[in-house]
Amino acid sequence: MNTLKAKLPPISQLGPFIALVIACVIFGLTTDNFFTGANFALILQQVMVVGVIAIGQTLVILTAGIDLSCGMVMALGSIVMTKFAVDMGLPAPLAILCGIGVTAGFGLINGLLVTRIRLPSFIVTLGTMNIAFAITQLYSEAQTVSNLPPFMTALGGTFDIGSTPVSYGTLLMVLLYLAAWFWLRETASGRHVYAVGNSPEATRLVGIATDRVLLWVYVLAGVFYGIASLLLVARTEVGDPNAGQTENLDAITAVVLGGTSLFGGRGMILGSLVGAIVVGVLRNGLTLMGVSSVYQVLITGILVIIAVTVDQLSRKGAR
Amino acid sequence: MKKLAFCAVLSATAFAATGAFAAEPVIGLITKTETNPFFVKMKEGAQAEAKRLGAKLMTASGKKDGDTGAQITAIENMVTAGAKTILITSSGDAIIPAVKKAQAKGVQVIALDSPFDGADALFATDNYKAGILIGQYAKVALGGKPAKIAMLDLFPGHPVGAQRHNGFMTGFGLKANDAKSNELSATPETVCAADTDGNQAKGQTAMENCLQKDPAINVVYTINEPAAAGAYNALKKAGKKDVIVVSVDGGCEGVANVGKGVIAATSQQYPLKMAAMGVAAGVDYAKGGKKASGYVDTGVTLIAARAVAGVDSKDVKTGTDLCWGKK
Repeated sequence: MNTLKAKLPPISQLGPFIALVIACVIFGLTTDNFFTGANFALILQQVMVVGVIAIGQTLVILTAGIDLSCGMVMALGSIVMTKFAVDMGLPAPLAILCGIGVTAGFGLINGLLVTRIRLPSFIVTLGTMNIAFAITQLYSEAQTVSNLPPFMTALGGTFDIGSTPVSYGTLLMVLLYLAAWFWLRETASGRHVYAVGNSPEATRLVGIATDRVLLWVYVLAGVFYGIASLLLVARTEVGDPNAGQTENLDAITAVVLGGTSLFGGRGMILGSLVGAIVVGVLRNGLTLMGVSSVYQVLITGILVIIAVTVDQLSRKGAR
Repeated sequence: MKKLAFCAVLSATAFAATGAFAAEPVIGLITKTETNPFFVKMKEGAQAEAKRLGAKLMTASGKKDGDTGAQITAIENMVTAGAKTILITSSGDAIIPAVKKAQAKGVQVIALDSPFDGADALFATDNYKAGILIGQYAKVALGGKPAKIAMLDLFPGHPVGAQRHNGFMTGFGLKANDAKSNELSATPETVCAADTDGNQAKGQTAMENCLQKDPAINVVYTINEPAAAGAYNALKKAGKKDVIVVSVDGGCEGVANVGKGVIAATSQQYPLKMAAMGVAAGVDYAKGGKKASGYVDTGVTLIAARAVAGVDSKDVKTGTDLCWGKK
């Protein structure tokens, strides 16, 4: 028993990679056109929005919090940046910054309510999720915003690696992941995020301002949601008030599949990227196989349960 | 923007509080959402007709499609507030027990747009026919070429999704289930099927995956116009031209997209008419005690920029005159 438990922690970290490899092998064997560079580039492009949201979500979950507002906040950010540019005629870069400012503002509100009034993040973000949704609908009058300036959709453009067209948005997503990984791993402030999630009391006692760390995590998460807004706009070439309705749970799914513990303090940011890709690979592969989307939902559900179970068992093992 | 949100809260409270002691007939309208232009138009139609006929209209809605809890609460509140007729676009069959309770108290309940068992009457688009029209159009527009069709659906198990899907296939001359079925049919010609949730970004993802499966797709059926816009974006990025995209709804954005060549043809439905007929039926019931019954087709018109031989269609201008949403 002890040896089994001792071996479990690495599985929780390797799990997402194993799931990804298995899925790829199965789809590679059962379909003709899964294993092409173009198809992989496409899957990356399809997960870039949820992938970047998942960076913010991972930060929040590492502090043992959760953020339900991320999808709706992203939708609001995309409506603000597109309407500011199209209706108010603001220069595109400024409009984009305004959109990211709004999402960061929501992060700030979440963070203040969590740190100052000590409300649970689940409830706070449930509230701000609804507020962001309502403002999005009212401000946009439920109308799609189109005819965007080219600058805004530039990240949707592609460049060739070999003969495979890769979008700039995908590149940005990968760079953001590498930056977040470096920050969390190599800097003191990054390690503090883990420490706050592990044991806020002990962290406070060694002289770290835990509330300030928490507040910054929520603000930073808001910035990532704002970047996701821009990626969504670049990908779809419109501001869509009906976007973002399932992205909160999609992002949490990616983070959990990626092996980050919902209890906080443990996990790796790159796992979230793999988690997001696993969901994208399932969607793509099952469509290529001609299998009903219900099975995608079923398989994702089973994988989430497995991921959480492995995490829980490895926690017991570590104790 | 915060002010706006605050106003919305105020007005929602006001809706809930009014209506108990009116002498004129009280009619309730419950929509799936407050914000979708389709339901905004429906509410406009109901308000105009209520004003014309001297009835009092109460409105409520769920937060999003599928929010049956909010609809059940609204039914209960409206019955308490004295509504004798309730018009409802059902978000799901979970509302049926609440509807039965209201009917037991003498309230007439009419389904608008979305059917459910036990409604006194249904005023709605014939979604199967809406599918048939775009199927016939796509068949003629494609000419004699072998069809490779992508089916971009809503999500599994939704009756409206199944009716449009199967209607399209029937109109295209393919073997498909009848209007009563909730199963999505498939034939060798339908080379790919994927879900969109009726959402633009997901419509784009679905089309991209379908093009990976078969790059030679030449016809795309879409559940609604946002999904069609997403599909078009995917086709454009993949450099595909001359693919026939057809859809259903007739919203102003969708009709404008027909004008731009994004969508080849769309089946337009008439939410305003559904609501106006519903209010009129409510006034009749209050005055004469006679309930409406059966199914009334509120009509569907094929809108296409380019007419094809043998299929009746109206042009973009007509579609724009009749569309719902912001012109």
